[in-house]
Amino acid sequence: MRKIIALLAVLLGPVLLPVHAAELHVAVAANFSGPLQKLAPLFQQASGHQLIISAGSSGQLYTQIKQGAPFDVFLSADTDKPQLLEKAGLAVAGSQFTYAVGSLVLWSAKPGVVDGDGKILQTQQYHLIGVANPQTAPYGTAAQQVLTKLGLWDRLNQDHRVVTGENITQAWQFAASGNVDLSFVALSQVLGADGSIAGSSWLVPQSLYHPIEQAGVIVATTKQKAAAEAFMAWLHSDPAALAAIRSAGYRTGH
Amino acid sequence: MDGADLIALWISFRLAATTTLLLLLLCTPLAWWLAMGNSRWRVVVDAVVSLPLVLPPTVLGFYLLVLLGPFGGLGRVLHWLGMPAPAFTFSGLVIGSMLYSLPFAVQPLRDAFLAVGARALEVAATLRASSWNRFFTVALPLSARGVLSAVVLSFAHTLGEFGVVLMIGGNIPGRTQTASIALFNHAEALEYGAAYHLSAILLAVCFLLLLAVYTANRRLRATGMLA
Amino acid sequence: MSLSLRVQLARPEFALDVTCELPSRGITALFGRSGGGKTTLLRCIAGLERSARGRIDFNGESWQGNGRFVPAHRRAVGYVFQESSLFPHLDVRGNLEFGLRRVPPAQRRMGLDEAVALLDLSALLRQRAQRLSGGERQRVAIARALLTSPQLLLMDEPLSNLDQASKAEILPHLERLRDQSAIPLIYVSHALGEVMRLADHLVLLEAGRVQAAGPLQQLLARSDLPLADFEDSGSVFDAVVEEHDPAYHLSYVRIAAGRLAVSLKSVPVGGHIRVRIDARDVSLALKPPELTSIINVLPATVLDVRRDRDPAQTLVRLEAGNEPLLARITRRSAVQLGIVPGTLLYAQIKSVALMER
Repeated sequence: MRKIIALLAVLLGPVLLPVHAAELHVAVAANFSGPLQKLAPLFQQASGHQLIISAGSSGQLYTQIKQGAPFDVFLSADTDKPQLLEKAGLAVAGSQFTYAVGSLVLWSAKPGVVDGDGKILQTQQYHLIGVANPQTAPYGTAAQQVLTKLGLWDRLNQDHRVVTGENITQAWQFAASGNVDLSFVALSQVLGADGSIAGSSWLVPQSLYHPIEQAGVIVATTKQKAAAEAFMAWLHSDPAALAAIRSAGYRTGH
Repeated sequence: MDGADLIALWISFRLAATTTLLLLLLCTPLAWWLAMGNSRWRVVVDAVVSLPLVLPPTVLGFYLLVLLGPFGGLGRVLHWLGMPAPAFTFSGLVIGSMLYSLPFAVQPLRDAFLAVGARALEVAATLRASSWNRFFTVALPLSARGVLSAVVLSFAHTLGEFGVVLMIGGNIPGRTQTASIALFNHAEALEYGAAYHLSAILLAVCFLLLLAVYTANRRLRATGMLA
Repeated sequence: MSLSLRVQLARPEFALDVTCELPSRGITALFGRSGGGKTTLLRCIAGLERSARGRIDFNGESWQGNGRFVPAHRRAVGYVFQESSLFPHLDVRGNLEFGLRRVPPAQRRMGLDEAVALLDLSALLRQRAQRLSGGERQRVAIARALLTSPQLLLMDEPLSNLDQASKAEILPHLERLRDQSAIPLIYVSHALGEVMRLADHLVLLEAGRVQAAGPLQQLLARSDLPLADFEDSGSVFDAVVEEHDPAYHLSYVRIAAGRLAVSLKSVPVGGHIRVRIDARDVSLALKPPELTSIINVLPATVLDVRRDRDPAQTLVRLEAGNEPLLARITRRSAVQLGIVPGTLLYAQIKSVALMER
């Protein structure tokens, strides 16, 4: 009996499974890899396609794609790199779209340090403040924009009170470990499953910095174009996907 | 800890084992020549071999990526020969790791061979041993500790490799995602539970490995010195 | 059958340039001051110096020459190094068997048991080299070299690193080797005493060149060579045992010049022993001495007289029964007795001074 079932499974399996079930290689910026891990099973349920996720820094992934890395889709942390790829002919023209918009948060691991309006910055009741590298991380660039707009950037740097982490995770680690008093981090990093934020925080108003748009493209050398297009479409419009992205602390749409 | 982490561990160990084995085969004659040879070029080769010690891993990884990718020099040669480019494959990881751990294999071997000294080999020659015979029955036993060092250091060093592997491997789960990269991913994604778990396993395995090796080392009585 | 050498090798301290023929029997000593090229020459014979130029022929087989170089492991040579150089990763037995194993059974002329018996090693077989004393290690090294069934044995100052007790332990083994085995032995040394005891033939090397070569007995007495200047210089004789006198614990041996009394030896009557007479133990008299405690007196003719290194002394070269005999006396006595070449006199040798250990 068991042998017959096994035989049937082997014969009928390909028939019962969705046609063209593909493995899609997705290169994703480190900050979005967590949410993407949660999106993957949803996508698989919807389409049957499986996501194989490679996380890294956008710059490293960009370099690798330029050197022929076998990725199908590239989800960057900014819009520049996808544009560069498209200009170089390494991305499918017209496939770029903003899949998530990041929110900047001023955060301290200790409750009661950061007030809900961010006035702590002006009061100078802190010693060190952490940011991601403004030259390589979009959240770092945004943090610099905020501090510049508030007229604090130059003074803080002169006093050597700005600690720069290599990436947004390091900026978060500085604050989480207490080595700095507060850091500019991504909302997605500190947003809890129940929608609350531990410690104390200030959701920085969008008016103070350029939107952190995270764009994705389909890599030109992909062998799974149809599945890649299906994924991008799903990521763009599927309600379940959008809900998951939002609950991870990102905004969706332009 | 999930299946992906186990696979990453398996890839790490496979990588370390393959790299160590290939390094041993390649570096033994090289170290022998460096120790026993007469050429003036030995200093140059010594310096080149030691380069991976001082090069930042990401620099090494980057150059390897350019070289071994489908558009790179070596990649194109291989493509012309009908073989796929090694970048982003396990073979690429092996090539990268071999370069990265090269000095950890060559230097202990070379020093061990130097310690054996010319006298031991002369004695063997006067006792009718041909050159290959001298190597296997005299030089190798007398340099056993050096061989062991080379094996352990190469293995452990490759196991902990990160920058090179990340650049040239592309962090593809099931193919080029090693345990150290998986660990890093967990940390980046703030999944500290999984990160601790994985690093504890790596640490424990490495420690047991080193313990076993150094216990065996104690039993190897012979040093390079003749009596 | 012999070893024919024509070897050149440039070294920083000297240039080795040696042309000579060495006999194929007995012990040939390569003698000279340190740094004179003895060890280098030995290594060239063994094939351990690849940069050596020239010809080396042994028993008609070309080991080097005409662009041909037979590597060390293919020459039928056994080599004992100055520092025993035993393998630390093998026990004594392993060391002994190392060479033995690499000789095809058909070519083996000595078995393990024989070598062990010859060098008294049975108690040491299981030991590791590090645990052995210097003398024990050298005995193992000698046995190890013998077990390759060589046609030529080379020894590079095997005793110089040992203390007196160890040297005394090994010398009899070397003598036994010389007497019992037919393998020619080339022995490097800078100790005249060892050479006088063991060698039949002598090659004197100075600054990489052969200063003299020939039978030991002849070379020892030559006044043009520095050998005579050594403090323990003297003469050697091959003597035949004639009679034993157990009552007085003496043995009588005969050399060409006459009969000598030595302390009782265990060598049977008719057997050969080597007798050595130090120059400083020979005193001279113009008439046969009477009522003296000295038993050994030999008639001799003066060949020449020359200065000694010590200005108070004079070196007198005598001929006793066609064999050379050296005597060292005060210059004053030489002058006062009128000792000149051609003088007939009597050499008095203290019994105790006759040594054959």
